[in-house]
Amino acid sequence: MSDIAERVKKIVVDHLGVEESKVTAEASFIDDLGADSLDTVELVMAFEEAFSVEIPEDAAEKISTVKDAIEYIEKQKAA
Amino acid sequence: MRRVVVTGTGIACPLGLGTENVWKRLINGESGINAIQSFDVKDLPAKIAGQIPQGTKAEGKLDISEWVPVKDQKKMDRFIQFAMVAATEAVEDSGWVPETEEDRCATGVMIGSGIGGLETIYEASVQLHEGKARRLSPFFIPSALINLASGHVSIKYGFKGPNHSVVTACATGVHAIGDAARLIMLGDADVMVAGGAESAVNPLGIAGFCASRALSTGYNDTPAKASRPWDKDRDGFVMGEGAGVVVLEEYEHAKKRGAKIYAEIGGYGLSGDAYHITAPAEGHDGAFRAMKAALKNGGVTPDQIQYVNAHGTSTPLGDDLELEAVERFFGEAARGLAMSSTKSATGHLLGAAGAIEAIFSALAVRDNVAPPTLNLDSPSRDSVIDRVAHSAQQRRIDVALSNSFGFGGTNASIIFKRAA
Repeated sequence: MSDIAERVKKIVVDHLGVEESKVTAEASFIDDLGADSLDTVELVMAFEEAFSVEIPEDAAEKISTVKDAIEYIEKQKAA
Repeated sequence: MRRVVVTGTGIACPLGLGTENVWKRLINGESGINAIQSFDVKDLPAKIAGQIPQGTKAEGKLDISEWVPVKDQKKMDRFIQFAMVAATEAVEDSGWVPETEEDRCATGVMIGSGIGGLETIYEASVQLHEGKARRLSPFFIPSALINLASGHVSIKYGFKGPNHSVVTACATGVHAIGDAARLIMLGDADVMVAGGAESAVNPLGIAGFCASRALSTGYNDTPAKASRPWDKDRDGFVMGEGAGVVVLEEYEHAKKRGAKIYAEIGGYGLSGDAYHITAPAEGHDGAFRAMKAALKNGGVTPDQIQYVNAHGTSTPLGDDLELEAVERFFGEAARGLAMSSTKSATGHLLGAAGAIEAIFSALAVRDNVAPPTLNLDSPSRDSVIDRVAHSAQQRRIDVALSNSFGFGGTNASIIFKRAA
């Protein structure tokens, strides 16, 4: 697993207060991890901070699973 | 009008957590006031406060993670966290668990605060100033809003009745409890979780009250001596933090489920000074009229009241004016009356003060004990009223009255009596 994936999972665990085992790639923040819409806004801000990337509003709206977040950040970092 | 009783209580204050623990320490004459450690006070004239002791629940102290999950803490300013602690204690103490939708809809919440999320607003302002507007937490607004204390309590327990809040500075706690009791009396609810919460022991809160020349600054080296209501050497109030919450219940509702009853609401009165933004009116006329309204509301005569929990903040002007108003109002009945200021031990919890003091008044009735006024070494003037200096007194207390007054000239008095 990439370093980015590891860090994304840790941020999700810390911010949503969920067990690490539940944070699978397919897990949806809202449907599986108990987040509400404000939690996801905060989560995206935490990703921006941690990875020094800008995630515009329209892109943020499409990030609904752990995998979405990892892929988006990996793409930004590769660019 | 329906009768209303207190069936649960919860306190988080400078004397600790848990009503019985706090009450015992109060009766023992202990002080909860000490030096501020949590931030730098170098530039502040007041360097002391009443702070909730940190430690475990088992020790009667606060470790917030035992009460609010870590992921929810960032959604709540500390005043809301304090409200959650006191409300959890009160609800559990009452044993009230609404099982049906009808019961949930008949259970409401009314918790207020004088200032609300001051520290949260301060921190967000700093972020904004540093050009980080986009980095503001999505929880900033709901964390700072005063009525979110009531909101969070209702969400935690599923209480779907009236969800309301009070903002009347240092009279908030009494107004919340009194108004909530009225909602029950009028039939809007059968059970109300009511009280006040405050967290203003932070740089902006201390600096702000220093700027209005309200805080004690002469006892920074002897904090436990700083809050000294009616004493000739008093020099201002000591800021305190915390929350007090009660469960109020319609009398038959409480009896039917065999609930423990602390005391009954025996009257409630409100008034306005229409005089000055911070100073009480001459002769504390507003206090006089609030007490008069409370007794009239409850059908109580002055000679029936044996204990008054004073607003008594330890400010040079306010203490003697309140004393004067109480003497004038009680007349002949002032002889034999006991009146103390528990702020001498807790400091002034602003919007939470009236709530914890309402609980102390209910306990005074339950236990027939008048809690002491600490540090009343030399009263600035004599009175026929026994101000319970230094040590608690065992005395017959069937009916007690608690006063709270706030900036803006807002006054409230509430009466507790033994439920018979």
